[in-house]
Amino acid sequence: MTAPALITRLRGPLTFLGLLAAALLVMPLLLEPFRLNQLAQYLCYAIVALGIALAWGRGGMLALGHGVYFGLGAYAMAMHLTLAAAATDPLSPGHLPQFMVWSGLTELPWFWRPLTNPATAIAAALLVPTAVAALLGWSVFRQRVRGAYFAILNQALAAAFVILLIGQQHLTGGSNGLTDFPVFAGTSLYTPTAQYTLYALTVLTLGATYLLFRHITLSRYGKLLIAIRDGEDRVRYLGYDPTWIKTLAYALSATAAGAAGALFVPIMGIISPSLIGVIPSIMMVLAVAIGGRYSLAGAATGAVLMNAAQTTFAETFAGGWTYLQGALFVIVIALAPRGLAGLTRTAAQALSRPTPANTTPTPETTTGSHP
Amino acid sequence: MDALIGQLPVGLSIGAVLLLAALGLNFTFGQMGVINMAHGELIMIGAYTAYVLHAWIGLNPAYSLLIALPTAFAVTGTLGWLLELGLIRHFYGRPLDTLLLTFGIGMILQQAARDTFGAPNVDVPAPAWLTGGLTLTDNIRIHYSRLFILALAILCVVAIAYHLNRSRAGRQMRAVIHNRDLAATTGINTRKVDATTFFIGSGLAGIAGVALTLIGPTGPTLGTNYIVDAFLVVVIGGLGQLRGTILAALALGLLNATVEAWADASLAKLIVFAAIVAFLQARPQGLLTVKTRALT
Amino acid sequence: MAPTPPGPRTTAIAATLALALAATTACAPGDPAGVTDDTVTVGMLHSLSGTMAISEVTVRDAVELAIDEINADGGVLGRQIEPVIEDGASDEATFADRANKLLNDDNAVTVFGGWTSASRKAMLPVFERNNGLLWYPVQYEGLESSPNIVYTGATTNQQIIPALDYLREQGHTSLYLVGSDYVFPRTANQIITAYADAHDMEIIAEEYTPLGHTEYSTITNDIARTEPDAVFNTLNGDSNVSFFQQLRSAGVTPDDSPVLSVSVAEEEIEGIGPDNIAGHLTAWNYYQTTETDTNTGFVQAFTDTYGADRVTSDPMQSAYNAVHLWKAAVEEADSFEVDDVRAALDGTTIDAPEGTITIDGDTQHVIKTARIGQITDTGLIDEIWASPEPITPDPYLTGYDWAADLTG
Repeated sequence: MTAPALITRLRGPLTFLGLLAAALLVMPLLLEPFRLNQLAQYLCYAIVALGIALAWGRGGMLALGHGVYFGLGAYAMAMHLTLAAAATDPLSPGHLPQFMVWSGLTELPWFWRPLTNPATAIAAALLVPTAVAALLGWSVFRQRVRGAYFAILNQALAAAFVILLIGQQHLTGGSNGLTDFPVFAGTSLYTPTAQYTLYALTVLTLGATYLLFRHITLSRYGKLLIAIRDGEDRVRYLGYDPTWIKTLAYALSATAAGAAGALFVPIMGIISPSLIGVIPSIMMVLAVAIGGRYSLAGAATGAVLMNAAQTTFAETFAGGWTYLQGALFVIVIALAPRGLAGLTRTAAQALSRPTPANTTPTPETTTGSHP
Repeated sequence: MDALIGQLPVGLSIGAVLLLAALGLNFTFGQMGVINMAHGELIMIGAYTAYVLHAWIGLNPAYSLLIALPTAFAVTGTLGWLLELGLIRHFYGRPLDTLLLTFGIGMILQQAARDTFGAPNVDVPAPAWLTGGLTLTDNIRIHYSRLFILALAILCVVAIAYHLNRSRAGRQMRAVIHNRDLAATTGINTRKVDATTFFIGSGLAGIAGVALTLIGPTGPTLGTNYIVDAFLVVVIGGLGQLRGTILAALALGLLNATVEAWADASLAKLIVFAAIVAFLQARPQGLLTVKTRALT
Repeated sequence: MAPTPPGPRTTAIAATLALALAATTACAPGDPAGVTDDTVTVGMLHSLSGTMAISEVTVRDAVELAIDEINADGGVLGRQIEPVIEDGASDEATFADRANKLLNDDNAVTVFGGWTSASRKAMLPVFERNNGLLWYPVQYEGLESSPNIVYTGATTNQQIIPALDYLREQGHTSLYLVGSDYVFPRTANQIITAYADAHDMEIIAEEYTPLGHTEYSTITNDIARTEPDAVFNTLNGDSNVSFFQQLRSAGVTPDDSPVLSVSVAEEEIEGIGPDNIAGHLTAWNYYQTTETDTNTGFVQAFTDTYGADRVTSDPMQSAYNAVHLWKAAVEEADSFEVDDVRAALDGTTIDAPEGTITIDGDTQHVIKTARIGQITDTGLIDEIWASPEPITPDPYLTGYDWAADLTG
């Protein structure tokens, strides 16, 4: 590869990393603490978006249930923080969270116990979503469930997970979720320093995830993943086992979602079933579609942009913002099928051919979307 | 055991409701591959059509329901046809894009309903001849409104089956689904067939909406209660398989009712979801599948 | 990797930054926080979209009415109230986020809002951290008392326990419990079970359904079969429509087994259909038909503003009261500062539509009368029983021996 070509090729990623560095250093000076907190939330969703871009954009898996993995990571962290808060709460006999006391529990359920340790909680936030995704992925990819089937199955998973969380109120906090997390590992989470640290941690995680996933997509494995997206059976005939290749990508994308969830909880101060159900899961995918599913950086930017737009719309037109939000989705999906990151390419195709949406051969057309 | 038999009509009626909600999807999703998330909103609009006929136009509840059924079919069918014409036809073969697109449309429709009819639920009174029910034994009761929905579901199925198998338009529809290119070469206007399919699928959502006013709330978020379940029915049945959809709806209804007899409703839903995942392990393409060269 | 040109991506990111910056510069710091010489900023935070909009939009209307009335009457301490309206979007994180924005960006001196317990629990840390003041207008499950929240709806000993007292007085000793699967019904049913144990009452069944559930045939058939003296209904919102329709179809009449509901008010009856629910009972602290002079004026003003077909309900009235109580406390304190207002809360009294109500400073709940009502076929509720005197709030049920085990 020639030097200019290399520069061209690296311009996008370098811009993105440069922006992250700027976000790390400049934004805290520009933004009030609570706006910085909002930006940190958006960046959490950007981490989820990276995962979805890997599974969907690269691997062609319609990951419509990532709220579940986000939620598993978030709950692992939130359970730890709840226990940390209960440990210092004079109103909690036996250091049980208050909702358990009111539900008549007298001792901590077994799956809560390991989470007293912050390191275990962080490990669980990453490993549990990965394991669940690997298990689900392996069992369905093995059966060659794909396309719309896989999407609906993901949605059903999100719906079932929410029902489980709400129904097991004495174990999970029910529809109220878990909230109010004053301390982590002995330090207050409410100080400006703690909030900045969390923000910085989110930016760094986003950057690290980006580099890791970029490395993966450029590797031989990444090429196989794309090959499977574009023609699974052909890859199978070549002697590869698509099940494992797809499962790995799906599990990795769940890890990213779990990490995002774990960061989201101390930033937002709450996790509840309504944040991780069917509609939030769709929103996570929409963010990727808006940013550009074929570009990791685009997907992450899309998540920030979509959430910022939603906040701006809602704060400006409290009564009718959903019109704007809905219209935004329709317009972006209809006019920019490759998302914002692919706008020039879409526009170029539009100029060379009069009806872009009809004829743009996006890779999905060639996958087994029709089972 | 008696209690379990008592759940039979309950299961049938849950199945009938699921079937009505899913029948339209059998066309738009099952046959055309469009994941229409706005289907729930079309159901909602069907329900509001019944409300408008009664509350705004002032029809007598005794027969406004019967008038609402064809009206709602026409209203939501036309809306779906417009959607297909304006947007969805550009997205065939890209199911996830249709999902995201129609999700946005659903948001807009929902807010529009809220602004038009107000946020609280509205009352669509059931005709007097549908209140009450049959008591067969102590444990077995069938509500008239449930019987009506069951009858309506059967009627819709018969009409669809007749259309698909006997009418020229229906046969063209099947031909296009099985092999679009081949159908086009025989002179079938596939654009027209697509539009018609979408019209019928969306119209069925309207009928489901009217039926749902008999058993549930009529409000802006009515459709969201049913949308995931309805998609599951179509997936389990096997895409584009009318018989599969019917079987899946009834099986899910019966399973739900049976589990509910000994567990609470929350747990019942969870068990049903688990059963679905397990089932798709065994039959990843649904109950019934069609093997053609066009569909791999 | 697909060779995507960097141009638009950079543009998109620049747009993000611009948007974020625009958002930050939008605020104008008030000095002192949210109060100018002629205006005072308050926040209103209800779900205007999503599933909870069904209930919360009307509460917003009631708060707006109270603000308009107060403004027309000269405002608070000579300042006109300027509400900033935000949408909680039926989503707890949004509630927390918007509460943060109202307190920090808009410098709202107080906020009126919330409906679900989940939304209140989500906002609570935000208000405690920023020392804000939230007025929460809905009856709830108790077991909470935050210095940063004023609870203007009923706690359990002002609604559920009086309802049980009433049922027991009527000789209804076997109860069937049906509720939505979330924190309020589960807590309420624990209280009901403890009460029943202590008073020789029988609980026939305790059934929960997911929020938004519409299939009640199994439960209604079971009620028809077991013939309880009464049904205690803690279903939320939408599910009530299906439940009452299907209960009627199952042939259960109010004479057989009256259903006492604690989450069905005038607002919901229209959606359920008066035919389906007439004759059944409710427990609240206020009805549109409550006979006080203030209520006549309130109902008149509400229907004048929003249309003759609109009804008033307990949560709306509690939200309306919240604004007036806040005004009274501010005037008592002669300050908009949260700490001063909080110090003035105890004993703050207004003539509300439900009668004279007073804030209990210890719990920051409101001392109010419990009322049992019967639903009429016109969709209103007639009072058929009332507690002999206003009840002092006891969110942790410390004054009830039989409840000792409940609160740990």
